[in-house]
Amino acid sequence: MLLFDIILIFMIIGTIIAVETKNMLSAVVAVGAVGFGVSLLFLYLRAPDIAITQVIVEVLSLIILIRVATHVDNVAIERRIDNFANMTGLIFIGLFIAFCIWAFTDVIPFANPLMRVSQHYLDAGLRETGAANIVAAVILDYRAYDTLGEAVVIFTSILGAFVILRSKGKKKLSEEDDITVGILEDA
Amino acid sequence: MLQYLLDMIIFALGIYCLIAKRHIIKKIIGMCIIEYSINLFLILLGYRMHGIAPIILPEMNNSYFAQYSVDPLPQALVLTSIVIGLGTLALMAAFAIKLYEKYRTFDMSEIHRLRG
Repeated sequence: MLLFDIILIFMIIGTIIAVETKNMLSAVVAVGAVGFGVSLLFLYLRAPDIAITQVIVEVLSLIILIRVATHVDNVAIERRIDNFANMTGLIFIGLFIAFCIWAFTDVIPFANPLMRVSQHYLDAGLRETGAANIVAAVILDYRAYDTLGEAVVIFTSILGAFVILRSKGKKKLSEEDDITVGILEDA
Repeated sequence: MLQYLLDMIIFALGIYCLIAKRHIIKKIIGMCIIEYSINLFLILLGYRMHGIAPIILPEMNNSYFAQYSVDPLPQALVLTSIVIGLGTLALMAAFAIKLYEKYRTFDMSEIHRLRG
């Protein structure tokens, strides 16, 4: 329990540094620290599959973020301070934390999960699917359509990024069209 | 309870970063932080005291495993969510690079010239 609190406080400190620092490269490195803290916490929460995935995704997203952050200028442009946005954000944080304190009295207590659905997976997962890893049994057998949807979403987003980053179209503006459609004037 | 609150503080800081900062990369960073905190919250909901990972080892019998394993369902769904987060991050980074190439700035308050 104390270990979880220590790692979470480390992550809060990393988040504050990432939000408030002026240099963009420092902010990206602080986000990397938060991400690896999340990965470490997944490992201690008995979720080794997610810890491995989080490390890989974290390395890739750090590469992408550093590519954007060092694109040209990596210094924040905070010449005039936007008081309205700052006050709105701070008021929202206060209201949100107060709401969380009120709402978490009704949520199930920590380390005492509600296993109404997944108890069946734990009881019969090995017999029904033959997989020793129940997480793999859920994502590849019980909820395989979910994984298919995930693959579709990733394909669409990578396709979108590819289309956006393409520097020019395939056909030049001065190029003539090969075929003619529509009503010809002097046919 | 305390773990949930600390996690929600990270979420609120991400929302603040998304609202109040004007740099586009800061906004992307805020989205990343929100995503981390929500994934972590779902995993925290499935943790069991003195639990074991949901992997059956050869020396375990099934009733011991079903009594002590942590919840596998949030882990499976968060696994999907983490990988989708990478895809959306790549899309946001591509938009940021294109916006810089068009407007020569990362400042959100400068990017307001809509042309039709």
